[in-house]
Amino acid sequence: MRIIKNIGQYFGEIFHAIKSLLTGMKITGYYFFHPKEIVTQQYPENRDTLKMFDRFRGEVVLIHDSNNEHRCTGCSACELACPNGTIEIINKKEIDPETGKSTKAIDQFVYHLSMCTFCNLCIIACPTDAIKMAQTFEHSVFDRSKLTKVLNNPGSKLMPGIRE
Amino acid sequence: MSTEQTVLGNETQEYFINMGPQHPSTHGVLRLLLTLDGEIIRKVEPHMGYIHRSIEKMCEKDSYQQIVHLTDRMDYLSCHINNEAVCLTVEMGLQLEIPERVKVIRTIISELTRLASHQLWWGVMGMDLGAITGFLYGFRDRELITDIFEETCGARLTMNYNVPGGLMFDIHPNFQKRTKEFLAYFKKKLPEYEELLTGNVIFEERTKGIGYISKEDVISYGVTGPSGRGSGFACDIRKLHPYSAYDRVEFKEILYNEGDSYARYMVRMDEMKESMHIIDQLIDNIPEGDYKAKTKAVIKLPAGEYYQRVETARGELGVYIISDNKKSPYRVKFRSPGFSNLSALDTMAKGCKIADLVAMMSTLDLVIPDIDR
Amino acid sequence: MILLNFSIYDFSDFINSIDTWLVETFSPTIGHLIGLVLVGTCFLLFTALLGLSLVYIERKVCAFFQQRLGPMRVGPFGTAQTIADIIKLIFKESLITKQSDKFLFNLAAFVIMMAPFIVLSAIPFAKGLQALDMDIGLFFIISVSSIGVTGILLAGWSSNNKYSLIGAMRSGAQIVSYELSVAISLMTIVILTGSLQLSEIIASQSNGWWIFKGNIPAIIAFVIYIIASTAETNRGPFDMAEAESEITAGFHTEYSGIKFAYFFLAEYVNFFIISAVGATVFFGGWMPLHIGDATFFNNAMDFIPPIIWFFGKVAVIMYFLMWFKWTFPRLRIDQLLTLEWKYLLPISIVNLLLMSIVALKGWHW
Repeated sequence: MRIIKNIGQYFGEIFHAIKSLLTGMKITGYYFFHPKEIVTQQYPENRDTLKMFDRFRGEVVLIHDSNNEHRCTGCSACELACPNGTIEIINKKEIDPETGKSTKAIDQFVYHLSMCTFCNLCIIACPTDAIKMAQTFEHSVFDRSKLTKVLNNPGSKLMPGIRE
Repeated sequence: MSTEQTVLGNETQEYFINMGPQHPSTHGVLRLLLTLDGEIIRKVEPHMGYIHRSIEKMCEKDSYQQIVHLTDRMDYLSCHINNEAVCLTVEMGLQLEIPERVKVIRTIISELTRLASHQLWWGVMGMDLGAITGFLYGFRDRELITDIFEETCGARLTMNYNVPGGLMFDIHPNFQKRTKEFLAYFKKKLPEYEELLTGNVIFEERTKGIGYISKEDVISYGVTGPSGRGSGFACDIRKLHPYSAYDRVEFKEILYNEGDSYARYMVRMDEMKESMHIIDQLIDNIPEGDYKAKTKAVIKLPAGEYYQRVETARGELGVYIISDNKKSPYRVKFRSPGFSNLSALDTMAKGCKIADLVAMMSTLDLVIPDIDR
Repeated sequence: MILLNFSIYDFSDFINSIDTWLVETFSPTIGHLIGLVLVGTCFLLFTALLGLSLVYIERKVCAFFQQRLGPMRVGPFGTAQTIADIIKLIFKESLITKQSDKFLFNLAAFVIMMAPFIVLSAIPFAKGLQALDMDIGLFFIISVSSIGVTGILLAGWSSNNKYSLIGAMRSGAQIVSYELSVAISLMTIVILTGSLQLSEIIASQSNGWWIFKGNIPAIIAFVIYIIASTAETNRGPFDMAEAESEITAGFHTEYSGIKFAYFFLAEYVNFFIISAVGATVFFGGWMPLHIGDATFFNNAMDFIPPIIWFFGKVAVIMYFLMWFKWTFPRLRIDQLLTLEWKYLLPISIVNLLLMSIVALKGWHW
């Protein structure tokens, strides 16, 4: 009796094993015959239709309007908020042609993309909403020095009415 | 040992092999010095430090807002939970009252993070055992969660969505819709995971009874999280010391008593269901309100010591901050789950084979930057 | 002339006419020698083509199992991908580890190519398209294909790498044990055919394939053959010798460039051979599907050329083997040996006995 029971167990194990293997094969087999469910995309080909989410953090940009004016007062709040020293603000003295008073304005808004960890702290620290995160993500360049960018356009000015 | 060494009168010799720092299944730059007798493991000696970035020291020069983003880089698979741990510690020090909305959103995103982490772990577990197809199925489903994160938080991996006092910004209008879509989708896909691996006879042979560790050993090594619960050690911080919105949701703490690789695997599989259950309860009940409590621009914690622990996807993460009432902490210490879990590897692996070691490391779900920090 | 006798249905006249032409034009010795060189060149070209196409097919099939697209860049649908890979491998530096046994290290790559190359000569591709039709054809295939393990052991030993050594030792244990099951399951069919000659095995299936005619034992034998031969060629889920997640790449860890390509090629040629032998013994090789005396049906099936039947059957078996590989986790080495010695070998021996009874009683068709 015990031998029969053992033999039964032996074959029971084999059948259980085969069944479990077949259930696994059913799943992979299903996907093989349903190529519509393929999830991978062909990236550079779909570049035109590829759209990032609005909040995606690609890189920091300084917003300029059509008059080549920005909202950055050079207060360095972003520079202080940045954990990695990614942002460097170089200020210059500027003499207001109307009042004749000398005011502070940005000379260069330097952004080291190579050091940025995209933590978004500079954006929330900015009191005048002068900077934002752009959705670009193709950052690779052949020379590391190209990752250091000056964000303010040449000849750009502070938008009037921001400092108040 | 001596009897096995002289099988049939042939003396065998132990030898060493370096598994890592570059090895496909150490999941990073962990180096294991194995003492082997043929294929049988006599001793496992983990060597760490290959990805040490001195995060704890860097915290001492950073402001409390800046610390948060560093924790993304520790256990990158449960980065939101790491962020939350630091924020909770700082909020505890400031005795801030956090809006209900923040608590609920944090809980939902934490559970989504846990789901994403377990999905990736499931895929990697399959890959370590040789079933590479599972790896891609795991990633396929994880992509949908990272999409949710990307839309709401702005990043796919290192989200940095929490700030001391609340959240960086409010959830995206699509957040609830997307999350519900994902849950409906994943409830259909989870049975697939079970059919592909859990019931598979080869998988059962490879994991059942392998890498046993007793409850006593688990407690003495400080193994927490799913790895600890696989040995019957009730260590779920979400149950023991509820934080955020865990006190108002109903969920089970998954416990298995077998203590082997299969038990640890099953804990994570069941935890995925529990995580979905938690999100189900909260996703329609996000209270209205602010997404951030009012904090000063420069946070200074009152002098003292603060400790807060949370349950990450890998176990108990403790954040210990000593403050001397300056804008950056005097000392920060992270009690990372991976470090303690790794310490149990030697006990588990003794007498097993190399292939078993790979399976065991998978069920411990090690993330090397979490161990080294 | 030669080409006059060419027929897609029967190559024997074609081959014979080439042979006669060679012998008549040159002296018999030189004619035969040229014939040998010609056959060898054909097989070299065939192996290269086989390797190229199989690597591509496997990558594509694997991709579809995994919901991916697979190679898509080089050529239309990535068809030229493997050619690009081969060019890259040819130009890659061939590294040799320090203090390795350089002679054996280089030799291993050739030894491992030898076995499958010799075995290919005994495979009947179509009617009359077979290099060696020995009366011990099946025995020849079984014995020669086991030479391959020497190459693996040499590679593992000479690499001066512990991972390679572990992989080689695993592979040695694995191939030696699984040969038994492969041989016995093939013997099960030999009981019915009464001959080891492959052409006769095929001829005996002219009224139906053995998998249908041979009753239940033939089906069991086929299942055992598939499992054991997968293990013998070190393919997943029995790829213990490579096991990239455990011992990096096993015996060919230290090989690079063209020598690595040899290992890769040998693996795929072996893969083809086990499918071809399985198709020949169980599914009638190039023999079209015939049902007893149903003349009309048989004639309709005969219309499809034998070479297409052969490669079609091989492709189906290969597809199933790929399906296994891309679905299952890998076994552990001791479980692998347990499977062989405790399950496959006893079952196949009992099956052999069963088949003998079936053959004696005439229960097969």
